[in-house]
Amino acid sequence: MILLDRVTKSYSRRSGTALERISLHVEPKEFVIIVGQSGAGKSTLFKLLTREEKPTSGKIIVGGMDYEHLRDKDVPLLRRKIGVVFQDFKLLNNKTVYENVAFALEIAGISNNEIKHTVPKVLDLVGLKGKENNYPLELSGGERQRVAIARAIVRQPKILIADEPTGNLDPKHAWDVIKVLEKVNKYGTTVLLTTHNQEIVNALKRRVVTIADGHIVSDKAQGQYRAS
Amino acid sequence: MNWKRKSIAAERIFKNGFVNFGRNVWLAIAAIAMMAITLTILLFAIVANATFGHTVADITSHIDVSVYLKDNLSDSQRTSLIDQVKHVENVGSVKYISKAQALKTYREQNISNTDLLAAISETDNPLPASLNIKPVDANNLQPIKDFLDKPAILALQSDPTSYSGDRKAAIDNITRATHFFQQAGVIGIIVFIIISMLIIFNTIRMAIFNRRDELVIMRLLGASTAFIRGPFVVETMLYGFVAAVISLVACAALFKIASSTLQASSLGLLDIGYSDRFFTTHLFTILTLQIAIGILIGAVSSGIATRRYLKLNR
Repeated sequence: MILLDRVTKSYSRRSGTALERISLHVEPKEFVIIVGQSGAGKSTLFKLLTREEKPTSGKIIVGGMDYEHLRDKDVPLLRRKIGVVFQDFKLLNNKTVYENVAFALEIAGISNNEIKHTVPKVLDLVGLKGKENNYPLELSGGERQRVAIARAIVRQPKILIADEPTGNLDPKHAWDVIKVLEKVNKYGTTVLLTTHNQEIVNALKRRVVTIADGHIVSDKAQGQYRAS
Repeated sequence: MNWKRKSIAAERIFKNGFVNFGRNVWLAIAAIAMMAITLTILLFAIVANATFGHTVADITSHIDVSVYLKDNLSDSQRTSLIDQVKHVENVGSVKYISKAQALKTYREQNISNTDLLAAISETDNPLPASLNIKPVDANNLQPIKDFLDKPAILALQSDPTSYSGDRKAAIDNITRATHFFQQAGVIGIIVFIIISMLIIFNTIRMAIFNRRDELVIMRLLGASTAFIRGPFVVETMLYGFVAAVISLVACAALFKIASSTLQASSLGLLDIGYSDRFFTTHLFTILTLQIAIGILIGAVSSGIATRRYLKLNR
């Protein structure tokens, strides 16, 4: 489902190498947690997977799409296949909860009837029934992140990538978000979660890949993490 | 399925363009005003060109050459002369006016002058038969003149040829003015189109800056380049449409005022009233042209601006 083969990413000579010869293989329906300190390279990995950045060297294949042969005009198609959740939510504050989720479908050219049919179901799945007409700024951080998850999964992607989705949330709301991600994974979506929240990682008992200084230093099936 | 999605996307691009237009209308005022000025200059250039052309055509249609024939010319001499004249360079038409027709016209023209009518009736029709020659190009009477000055042809004439060529100077002046206005119009239009486009660039740049967060989100969610860029292009096409309508309304009012006030003043041979008539009769064509050019300026400049300022390669 996701394959990284000896991927290196350097931004410039002065800033050094963000990721160096990273290799990672994620199977379909897996739930993988990428952990590491700030600056370890988690966000760079995230940006490579969403094709916000191109690798300096190495091979990336996601959902059967080889990034090496991916033309710029095909990037939107790739992004429609991957659900993405950001730490800072990236919601449109001038649109309601419903409109934010519908927006992802509008972009993909989905009909209005299908949007009307799909969006309420997804909002129900993430526990936001009744909040359709609220604006993001009227919601708590946890609720906003669940809107972002709803937007990411509304197109039923095979892969969901969440970059520090609990980073701006208090523990209660962080757990709400993680429960939604587990639910999404249970329905068959491959989830790649980056975080440095030790409590969450250790409680989930999932595969944990640890990155430090741009290298993968451990990859364990039911890993533990100790943030220092 | 694919075309269905594309048509839905196109519909949303247009819808978003209209929504953005509503949101940015205050930001767009400068761009719309400048486009309206550009289109007004264009419209003036078209109408002025038509008015000058009409005036020249009107004057030249009245220019002719009258060849007065001796009374003793035989029918065959007359027919032969007409044939020859018809083959002279720059001759458009030849009309034979008999003595009787000349007298009839003379009487009609002087119907109120009983003294003149009485004088003419006392003699045996002193008016000669004539050939009325209309040239193709009123500015080029020389070939006709050369032909008529040949001794053999002169021998057939009773009086010196009459050239109503005294308006040649006026035609030359109007033609020169027409060329000047055409050139000035083209330069003016080019300058104002460039200014309009620069202002649109800036307007789009500000609109992109104002919406940069939204654009980044759209991109990350997988919006296509056309889906992001399209609404900006639609928005500026609407600027063009609004500017065309403003320009047309302003010009319509101006022509109405001009035709009633300027016509009374002396502007030589120029028929100012024709401007208003031309504008009214060609209203639909002018409206279509104005809107098409307005939309084109908007589309081209926003197309370039979005290419320049929207970084969509990530």
